[in-house]
Amino acid sequence: MTSLLEAPPAPTESVARPARPWRAALGLLPFALYLLVFLGGPLYFVISGALSDRSGAPTFDNIIASVTEPQYRLAFASSLAISAVTALVGAVFGVFLAQAVLTSRPTSPLRRIVSTASGVLAYFGGVPLAFAFIGALGQTGLATLFLKGVGIDLYGLGFRIDSLTGLGLTYVYFQIPLMVILITPALEGLLPQWREAAENLGASAWAYWRHIALPVLAPALGGATLVLFGNAFAAYATALALTSGQIPLVTNSIASALSGNVLADQQNVGLALGFDMVVVIGVVMVGYLILQRRASRWRAR
Amino acid sequence: MTRGRRWRVVVFTIAAIYFLVPLISAGEFSLRKPAGGYGFANYLALGTDPVLLGSLLVSLQIAVLTAVLVLVLVIPTAVWVRLRFPSVAALLETATILPIVVPPVVMAAGIAFVQANLDAEPFRSLFASSTTALTPFYVVLALPFAYRAVDNGLAAIPLRTLVEAARNLGAGLPSALLRVVLPAIRSAVLGSAFLTLALVLGEVVIARILLYTDTFPVVVIDVGRSAAGVSVALTLASLVLTWVLLLLVSYVGGRTTRRTDA
Repeated sequence: MTSLLEAPPAPTESVARPARPWRAALGLLPFALYLLVFLGGPLYFVISGALSDRSGAPTFDNIIASVTEPQYRLAFASSLAISAVTALVGAVFGVFLAQAVLTSRPTSPLRRIVSTASGVLAYFGGVPLAFAFIGALGQTGLATLFLKGVGIDLYGLGFRIDSLTGLGLTYVYFQIPLMVILITPALEGLLPQWREAAENLGASAWAYWRHIALPVLAPALGGATLVLFGNAFAAYATALALTSGQIPLVTNSIASALSGNVLADQQNVGLALGFDMVVVIGVVMVGYLILQRRASRWRAR
Repeated sequence: MTRGRRWRVVVFTIAAIYFLVPLISAGEFSLRKPAGGYGFANYLALGTDPVLLGSLLVSLQIAVLTAVLVLVLVIPTAVWVRLRFPSVAALLETATILPIVVPPVVMAAGIAFVQANLDAEPFRSLFASSTTALTPFYVVLALPFAYRAVDNGLAAIPLRTLVEAARNLGAGLPSALLRVVLPAIRSAVLGSAFLTLALVLGEVVIARILLYTDTFPVVVIDVGRSAAGVSVALTLASLVLTWVLLLLVSYVGGRTTRRTDA
């Protein structure tokens, strides 16, 4: 019994004590090293391969080819277009959906359904979505047949599920859930006091959103939209499953350049296309960082 | 107030149509029989086709390994950042955005270069099988949402108090982590494990480019070239299964929180 009464030895260091910065940084080492090796490693080989020819000598030819050849220009144009459009559509609708969920009753099952479904849909990648859309809007899909029944012949109007429009429609299906995930914390950060103060000063709901909520949310909205843009720009699985690779997208060009059923020299051009994508993503990330810094200014502590 | 309710109804109605119609159509499509009429033949293909079944086992193995690695990396890091190093929280959040925006196809291009050109030892065993080759990179893809989920879980518990209490009672930091923090955030942990499952059951790009064609999603797409119904049935089943698992976790997690509150 005496052992119960003995005070346990005091911990040698208190948890609350602020550690020296370099020791605190040590705890991040495994995580940082992992990302460096398994994310940084592949990126390093993409960049070095893009900047050298087949024998390994340095050259800019691949990069030049990747931005001047018409087929790649077309691929970049449609990749950028589909990413921008689906990011905007997904962002706008995602905000409305997130806000609708947040203002519903906290106990409503709707909340769980939307939040869990967002996770699954945002991260499942495009394959099941592509097949679901074939089932809905393919030539013999349920929605296609239904619309035909009420007099709208989609395929007669020139719609095809394996076109850029069809692909965009499918992208929005994972863009909206990702927006809900990304923007919900920012929406939760809108303090009720701000709305109450505005209302006490006579502001309408519209005036509150126009002059208070939207300006506060703007950086977070911009940042999340940029992530959505990057997400669509990076996507390839949907196109692969939906179209078996006929749509001109940068990701598609990279895959076919790598698969070696074209000229052997194309391998380095494929890496150069990858390099171009990394540059675009780099610009997007810098924008995201700047907006993120602004967004945190209003974050409730 | 009625005006406020009306816009919500509009939003939910549009969302329900847009999100449910493809799923319902996929369900209908998957039940069609080639000769006409409906049946479960497409779903049963999983049991009768040894290639499909084998690929599912490969993918489940990858999923379990990926989930374990992800959690081992993410939980200590997230706890560490909250306890000792809050100043880097924003930086780390940004780092976890990276795998969302870095195209898997670009990652795959870099890995394929290593696979083709470096034949020394660590690489040879790395590329020996789809499990060893794909798992490390799926971990990278899974990090963003796992970190978010775990960090949200940590935000919801009195982390500092729990760890200090455990340490005052004589626990070391590892055992405080394992026996106090981990049970407290178990629903976040399970949630990120199931999202990892979703990712592994959906990832085709890296597997395809590195020519590992024995994973479930790759086989399912290939099957779709000859039997579209089977592809639709199996992807729908994996999607719905993962979602039901997540929904269960959220209910179990929610119930425990309420019990401790009472």
